[in-house]
Amino acid sequence: MDLFLQQVLNGLTLGGIYSLVALGLTLVYGILHVPNFAHGAFYMAGAFVSFHLMKVWGLNYWIAMLGSALCVAMLATLAERLVFNPLRNASGLHPMIAAIGVLLFLEASAQAIWGADFQRMQTPYTGIIELGGVTAPVQRLLIIAGAFSLMVALQLFLKKTVTGSTIVAMAQNRDGASLVGIDANRVTMLTFAISGMLAAVAATLYAPINLVYPAMGNLVITKAFVIIILGGMGSVPGAIAGGLIIGFAESFGAFYLSTDYKDIIAFGLLVFILSVRPQGLFTKGSN
Amino acid sequence: MNFLLGKPGWALLFALGLAFPFIARNDYHLTVMSTAYIFALATVGLNLITGYTGQFNLAHSGFMAVGAYTVGILTVDHHVPFWIAFALSGVTAAMLGFFVGIVSLRLKGHYFSIFTLCVGYIMFLVIEKWESLTHGTVGIIGIPAPSPIGPLVFESPRTLYYLVFFFLVLGVWVMHRIVNSLLGRTFMAIRNSDDLAESLGINLMRNKLLAFMLSVFYAGMAGGLYAGFVRFLGPGIAGVENTFDMTMYMLVGGLGTLLGPLLGSLSVPWLTQYLQFLQEYRFIVFGPILVLLVIFLPHGIVGTYMGWRMRRHPQAQAGAAAAPVAAAQTQPEAGRA
Repeated sequence: MDLFLQQVLNGLTLGGIYSLVALGLTLVYGILHVPNFAHGAFYMAGAFVSFHLMKVWGLNYWIAMLGSALCVAMLATLAERLVFNPLRNASGLHPMIAAIGVLLFLEASAQAIWGADFQRMQTPYTGIIELGGVTAPVQRLLIIAGAFSLMVALQLFLKKTVTGSTIVAMAQNRDGASLVGIDANRVTMLTFAISGMLAAVAATLYAPINLVYPAMGNLVITKAFVIIILGGMGSVPGAIAGGLIIGFAESFGAFYLSTDYKDIIAFGLLVFILSVRPQGLFTKGSN
Repeated sequence: MNFLLGKPGWALLFALGLAFPFIARNDYHLTVMSTAYIFALATVGLNLITGYTGQFNLAHSGFMAVGAYTVGILTVDHHVPFWIAFALSGVTAAMLGFFVGIVSLRLKGHYFSIFTLCVGYIMFLVIEKWESLTHGTVGIIGIPAPSPIGPLVFESPRTLYYLVFFFLVLGVWVMHRIVNSLLGRTFMAIRNSDDLAESLGINLMRNKLLAFMLSVFYAGMAGGLYAGFVRFLGPGIAGVENTFDMTMYMLVGGLGTLLGPLLGSLSVPWLTQYLQFLQEYRFIVFGPILVLLVIFLPHGIVGTYMGWRMRRHPQAQAGAAAAPVAAAQTQPEAGRA
């Protein structure tokens, strides 16, 4: 039973991180209908900026997280202005390839600046808490608390504020949103900034129990794609539910099946689900 | 310039390819060129599904790895003669492509790309983790060189160069026949509008699946050649970076043209050679180039040139320009370049 609860804890940790990354991806997809392959590079950049701020500038963990969120938000907005905005009328293939260009550029830049080595990020929270027989590292609890409060905050922002509603409106109907006077450019930039911010926070939360290296975003982003396909591209609740499904599948799969193949589980699940239901798990219409 | 188009241009390219070993100053240049040919063959295949049929397959390097590992595993662990293993490399990739295709081709557009991205990852992870079959991260060492055919012995870089060159020429010629046949036009019709194609009575699934299998057959063959040429294999060949490389080659030259992928996959590696101090960091330069190309030159070098020529000589196309046939008419033209 204790082992089972331990897996639940791991599943929540992984699921929280995956959901945050997938949320950024799904928001951008909702607005631009572009699968942003560069999102994993934003995630990686977030981890490296936090790492740099803490190690070289000696900043506090939370301030580093804030700084990295702002940096990556700026980076994402810049990418939108320079790359995706000129391509907004291009065919489906071209923005995808441009996103790959951004991804390759950011990855090579990170490697040039920080080297290809695996780095370890320090965290001030190294303690372990005993909860009814389950040992829980504080950092993991922090990830769960941080990820889920951010999700709630995002949901409130999208539902309760006018700025948030403009994003939802744009995702629902671009022309309709323009007709009621929503500035498409501003909303797109805002969406990219939010998605970058979410990626940076997720990376900073997760990095202390993982490693920091230039290719760290690749696996995470691929899983985030699996998640938003499961949850329906552009759907916010779908991204959260999908993130948790993949998180739990992985933590239980690693424990009960095989640690070696745990990364395949997410993709295997996707292949299986799409073979049975090509339209995704939660979507009603066809794609 | 016009005399370079069509048959004389191809003959010139062919002659250059034949003469290259006598121009090249050292074996290193031959090796670079042969490697470029192998990736060119795979890129020509990728172009069939992406450029001509409009489905962006991100698992292409996975299929190349399947071909390469077919040769590697059969020759090293089971002592199968090289040529039999090589013949099987394309077939294995195409067989696997059949099963991947029937699942993935039901999806459209972005969904297809993301799905194949995941399939590519599965292939990479399986190759890395299934140690009893693939030797895991250690890789397969000591793959035999292609065995002699009669008097032809493939030991020196020069003979290997001609071997690879032969398969590239064969591959491009077959591709030329495919894209200029009714089948090729069917693929292009699917790319231009699959709804319209379906309403014309084209069986979407069957044709897409055929394009996909042909495309990964090329990848498998290229992989088999790679195994025989490099004679060492690691899981890295299945990495998605290789697909990204091939996408770049295809895009630099021009999507959906026959010459484009060739031009891209032969010129970019040479450019990398001259930017050798960059090596690991080459994408700091190539990343932005890729973005700029997509924004300003979305049809690549060959595609842009074809468009420019068509505007210069509209009378050549005038007969075909009236009807909706125009779209179908200009495409094979682009394909022939």
